[in-house]
Amino acid sequence: MVEPPRAVSQENNRMSDFPTRANVVVIGAGIVGNCLVGHLARLGWTDLVLLEKGPLPNPGGSTGHASNFIFPVDHNKEMALLGEQSANQYRDMQMSVDSGGIEVARTQARMDELTRRMTSAKAWGIEAHMLTPSQVKELVPFINEDVILGGFHCPTVSVVDSLETGTTMRREAIEKAGCQVFANTEVLDIETAEGAGGITTVAAVVTDKGTIEADYVVVACGVWSNRIANMAGATIPLVPAVHQMADVGPMDVLAETNNEIGYPIVRDMDTFCYERQSSGSMEVGSYGHRAILHHPDEIPSNAEAALSPTEMPFTPDDFDDQMETAIELMDMLGDAEIKYAINGLLSLTPDTMPCLGETTEVRNLWSAAAVWVKEGPGMAQVVAEWMTHGYPRVIDVHGADIARFYDQERSDEHIWSRADEHFIKTYGIVHPAEQWEGRRNLEVGPYFSRQQDLDATFFQARTWERPQWYGVNADLVERYGLAEREVEWDNRWWSPITIGEHLNMREHCGVVDLSSFQIYELDGPGAIEYAERLAVNKVDVAVGRSIYTPWLTPDGGFHSDLTMMRLGEDRMRIVTGVFDGGRDEFWTRRHMPTDDSVTFTNITRQLTTLGLWGPNAPAVLSQLTGQDLSQDGSPYGSIIDAEVAGLPVQLFRISYVGDTGWEIYTAWENGPALWDALMEAGADLGIRPTGGGVYGSSGRLEKGYRLMGAELESEYNPLEAGLARPRLKAADFIGRDAYHAAREAGDPEVSMCTLTVEDQTDGQGRSRHMMGGNEPILDADGGRIVDSHGRVSRATSAGYGPSVGKHLLMSYLPRELAVAGTDLQVMYMNEMYPVKVASTGAVFDPDDTRLKG
Amino acid sequence: MRILVCVKRVPAPGARINVTADGQTVDAAHLGFTTSPHEECAVEEAVQLTEAHGGEVTVMTLGPVAAEEQLRYAASVGAHHFVLIPIDDVDWDPQRTASALAEAIAAVEETNGAFDLILFGNESADAGGFQVGVRVANHLGRPIVNGIKGIEIGGEQGGELDEGVATARREIDGGFEVYNVPMPAVLGVKEGINLPRYPTMKGRLASKKAVVDTDERTVEAGGQVRLRLHRPVEQISETVILGTGPEAAPAVVDLLEELGVLS
Amino acid sequence: MSLLVICDHDRGTLSDASLEALTFGRPLAAAAGLEMAAVVIGEGADAAAAGLGAHGASTVHVASHPLLTDFGPEAWGETVVQLVRGTGATAVLACGTDRGNEVVAQVAARLDQPFVANCRSVDPTGDGSGNWTMTRVQWGGSLLEDATLTAEIRLVTVAHHVVEGVAAEAPASGTMVSFVPELDDALARTVVADRVVLTRGITLSTAPVVVGGGRGVGSAEAFAPLEELAGELGGVVGCSRAVTNNGWRPHSDQVGQTGTRIAPEIYIASGISGAIQHWVGAMAAKNILAINTDREANMVTRAGHAVIGDLHQVIPAITEEVRRRRG
Repeated sequence: MVEPPRAVSQENNRMSDFPTRANVVVIGAGIVGNCLVGHLARLGWTDLVLLEKGPLPNPGGSTGHASNFIFPVDHNKEMALLGEQSANQYRDMQMSVDSGGIEVARTQARMDELTRRMTSAKAWGIEAHMLTPSQVKELVPFINEDVILGGFHCPTVSVVDSLETGTTMRREAIEKAGCQVFANTEVLDIETAEGAGGITTVAAVVTDKGTIEADYVVVACGVWSNRIANMAGATIPLVPAVHQMADVGPMDVLAETNNEIGYPIVRDMDTFCYERQSSGSMEVGSYGHRAILHHPDEIPSNAEAALSPTEMPFTPDDFDDQMETAIELMDMLGDAEIKYAINGLLSLTPDTMPCLGETTEVRNLWSAAAVWVKEGPGMAQVVAEWMTHGYPRVIDVHGADIARFYDQERSDEHIWSRADEHFIKTYGIVHPAEQWEGRRNLEVGPYFSRQQDLDATFFQARTWERPQWYGVNADLVERYGLAEREVEWDNRWWSPITIGEHLNMREHCGVVDLSSFQIYELDGPGAIEYAERLAVNKVDVAVGRSIYTPWLTPDGGFHSDLTMMRLGEDRMRIVTGVFDGGRDEFWTRRHMPTDDSVTFTNITRQLTTLGLWGPNAPAVLSQLTGQDLSQDGSPYGSIIDAEVAGLPVQLFRISYVGDTGWEIYTAWENGPALWDALMEAGADLGIRPTGGGVYGSSGRLEKGYRLMGAELESEYNPLEAGLARPRLKAADFIGRDAYHAAREAGDPEVSMCTLTVEDQTDGQGRSRHMMGGNEPILDADGGRIVDSHGRVSRATSAGYGPSVGKHLLMSYLPRELAVAGTDLQVMYMNEMYPVKVASTGAVFDPDDTRLKG
Repeated sequence: MRILVCVKRVPAPGARINVTADGQTVDAAHLGFTTSPHEECAVEEAVQLTEAHGGEVTVMTLGPVAAEEQLRYAASVGAHHFVLIPIDDVDWDPQRTASALAEAIAAVEETNGAFDLILFGNESADAGGFQVGVRVANHLGRPIVNGIKGIEIGGEQGGELDEGVATARREIDGGFEVYNVPMPAVLGVKEGINLPRYPTMKGRLASKKAVVDTDERTVEAGGQVRLRLHRPVEQISETVILGTGPEAAPAVVDLLEELGVLS
Repeated sequence: MSLLVICDHDRGTLSDASLEALTFGRPLAAAAGLEMAAVVIGEGADAAAAGLGAHGASTVHVASHPLLTDFGPEAWGETVVQLVRGTGATAVLACGTDRGNEVVAQVAARLDQPFVANCRSVDPTGDGSGNWTMTRVQWGGSLLEDATLTAEIRLVTVAHHVVEGVAAEAPASGTMVSFVPELDDALARTVVADRVVLTRGITLSTAPVVVGGGRGVGSAEAFAPLEELAGELGGVVGCSRAVTNNGWRPHSDQVGQTGTRIAPEIYIASGISGAIQHWVGAMAAKNILAINTDREANMVTRAGHAVIGDLHQVIPAITEEVRRRRG
């Protein structure tokens, strides 16, 4: 598959050599584009062309001015593992030096955050230590230890040579795959064509040196990516933003190390600055200034720029506050000269995560953007694997998948607003449940005004507002004797009302707004056959029946888990959660047959859904309908047309919370009337509006229901998740071969378990509450639990189980540990707490007797 | 010593300069601004002279209000007093600029006495008129020499050492000319006279507190009128690549032989 | 009515710049309907004046005065002013060297007339209302400015290297007229008091070969191979502003807008990207050979010849090849 090597001089092609077609055209030769062609070559791709607007080796993008350091600890699993993957690649190429790095704290809140970072370091197996101010001073003798409370030291923080790495990877692509490289070649347009089934497909890249027809085009254009994608009618939602950096020096203490970097990098987190030695000087970088965003058209060309296009003129007024705090931390900086200072551009996305994968608008047009140097090689590998295997193998990247964005999230207004809001959080202390301030109420259910009247606290799920709890239920706190959590961090973005709503539902019943459900329908003669191809479980069931099923990647890991309802002979409804709607819709459309045998419709905004659950749910509903609501008339898993309060609805007997009841689907405009009828009918039966705290957390956790993106990821298969059916269906489906092989291999290596926290008391005698933020599950000796694939046991979800009186965690555990009664530990904020394996299923009503009531 | 330095705010361009649609000025939308290089050295020279001999440095600029940035930069590297003569964004012609500066200097001197030295850059990086300093010196009736790459205070005058003389060196091919100019004097300096320091962080922070005096001047335009700016047509010729790496050496030496520089 | 061309000379030898001014002045004077006169000042002026008829000067004023034995901008300016007044010249032209621009600026200040420096072309028919129009250089030649000049006495300089100094097709009489200005003794204050010769032999501005190094050279020490090659070719080493700012070379080696303008037979530019600042100092070179790892660097695309590669390997290889051929 690999062609014989060609000469290195291939890199300097002349116009006369300019190709007219290629298999893959990668646009952009920064760290991402270079590593991408290298990884594609390693995976056996040939006929590659790499285009670059600027000169080589430094084309003038963000790679050229990057500070080039990698702090490996991140709370986010994707970012942590891709950072590690990238750091390893840099190391393997001998392009990195371990300088070590210290995050210092000036406030108690930051000290607490550093204990959280210790926890994440433990989860990912990264060496880290908490330091006292004097220990920090031992490592960084020129620091003023009086202004800090302590530090978080990570010895494997590394400094890399991103330009040389790019050059090396590019050369590898040239040698392995004959990749043709054209610098100083500007892309003027990306042409598309209508492919089979009317699908817009990438066709050619038009440049100032000629036009190249291409099967695949990858946009790896950093801050310019959205502009380039727009040429094809696609969007890559990111905005160029300024990160200020000043090089000050020389200073003897630094020069005396006689190397590029001899002291650990210091991140002064509370002032949003870092100090990084660069030979005899110190680079002082800031994320503390106002968000300075630019439109790609405002970025000067290579010829126009005084330094480089992404090294924009320094605006010193924005840096003054950082100078003052930097001098506070290191007095010597005050007398050193500012030799070089820039407003360096980098890419920000609306949700802080990268943009990877095929664009949803144009087939075979891929995005590898919003990637920083620290994760560049790993993310390039992800995209190369994705293009090769249909989904990346190195790690699950649902959070970075460009398909995650809804249309409203792709608008400039949204991108700018969100970037403006989160820039200051780059070094901030961000709570896992932290909500956005701006761009709210983009999508609301038909009950929104009623919920506002009920004093609902809304959490935003991508674009959708969902009540998390209702202030009107505050009386339940007293009724059930509940209390706020003792520690502010644990209590933040949380309310004991949510526990009250849970207990009320278990005792009476609750109504849950599920309007954010993403609902699609497949129609046509090929609909059922196609649905079968997507799903692991058999979907060719009787009309009126539903299937809960995983969808797999070609490698047999989870792509999705969702509900499919057979509404007719040739009609299948698909219901999925709002967090996964973008990805699931794209996946569904992406694999559709192109013979017009199936039509896809998104009916999310036509149907609204209310969940009605609790022991009184049948009693409430029976007042409003003549429908037989018994398990015979409305059996579990069935969806039937009915009339409720005179409104046409579909009653779907299902539960995600552990109590009997229905998801009631009705036309959007009928929603308010349905809500009012249920509330009125349930008034004497203890009905309460019930928030997402019950639906998504406590109710779900007690039942051990797995959540896509938490428990379910492409790195795990249905056997490990405990979602395998006894038999493998005959029909083919995506991932079947891999899944079949996994079944044949016998018992899974790991199993998803629910664990109970046996003692929540911390060293200060306070009760603590783990949040499901990848807190590591450890053995009795405090050792990490890692399986043969390198997958680590960690809390994928966590929350209080009010009906079982325990704080619950979910985690994959090796088979021998996945046994009820096994004693383990969990780390939270750098302290250990005893946990016990409770079940591989539900800890509440494990026999589902309540569902059958 | 009291030294005045006149500086100009100029864009810091890359390899290509764009012009605004009306052709009146450089399109600086994406450009930073700096002090014209010769003048940056003039500020440094003034600061060094006052460090050596005592005294204070005043920096004056005629430019848009934004030119305060350049005055504060001068403050961050050690200058003491600042005067801004505000104008609209488009350059004034050299005669007009010189008249306004001369008036403003006279106004300062009326209060505080004559400056011992007034330093200009040899020419501005952008307009390059090569005359403002000479005109100002003429207005003030003071000697001026341009092209200066070295200044010492004290020099021989009439066979005796005179502290009131500035000894100025002007670079010429293969050496330099020496001028002994009695102060008060005006000198046009060139880059290379020193290596200007960069501001320190503390200097930058202190510069924010500098007081900038504004002195508006209404002066008649001179006889040189800008019609428009435009970019010269570049003669693009295909570059002949003689080879890659050290293997290209014989081809290079062939070329040298052909050009007759190998004799 | 005449166009007076200020001619500079070195102990009687006319400078190339002066010949450029005369070459530029001939068609200008013709178009303006003016006679072209020249002025030569100071010691040795007689010798320099002798050949000016061949360059189209009908009258050559030879100015002398005790204060004019060596250069003094004020004394020279005052001399020209008096000559203008005495002869009724309506235009003055010089070449835009440092000295040329300085003397004309002195004339302008003393006459209170506008002065347009560094023109590439001048049209005396101008806008039809008696004003001259011209195109002059800004940014060292990276931008051009079209301008009009409204003045009783038109003062202009022609940018250096815009024209090549050549003799007139039809020589003029070149009548020499001596002129003794009345100069105030006070003007001695700006006359050259002393001269110091630092180097003998070739300099950056006169060298036939310049070997230039930029940021890509990497350090002061790494210039040694460039020195070696320059020595072998009878040339000198030049550098970019980045190099000077890094303290690797003295400013006197800097080629550029704020450094030295060079015009060698060949400029070997190695590890130089070719920003404006440098390019305007190098563009008058008759040939440019760029050595750069980046085939698309500005310096490479603007050069006539290029070697793609690392200067640290290429330069020593060239030196070796030169030595090999010389045996």
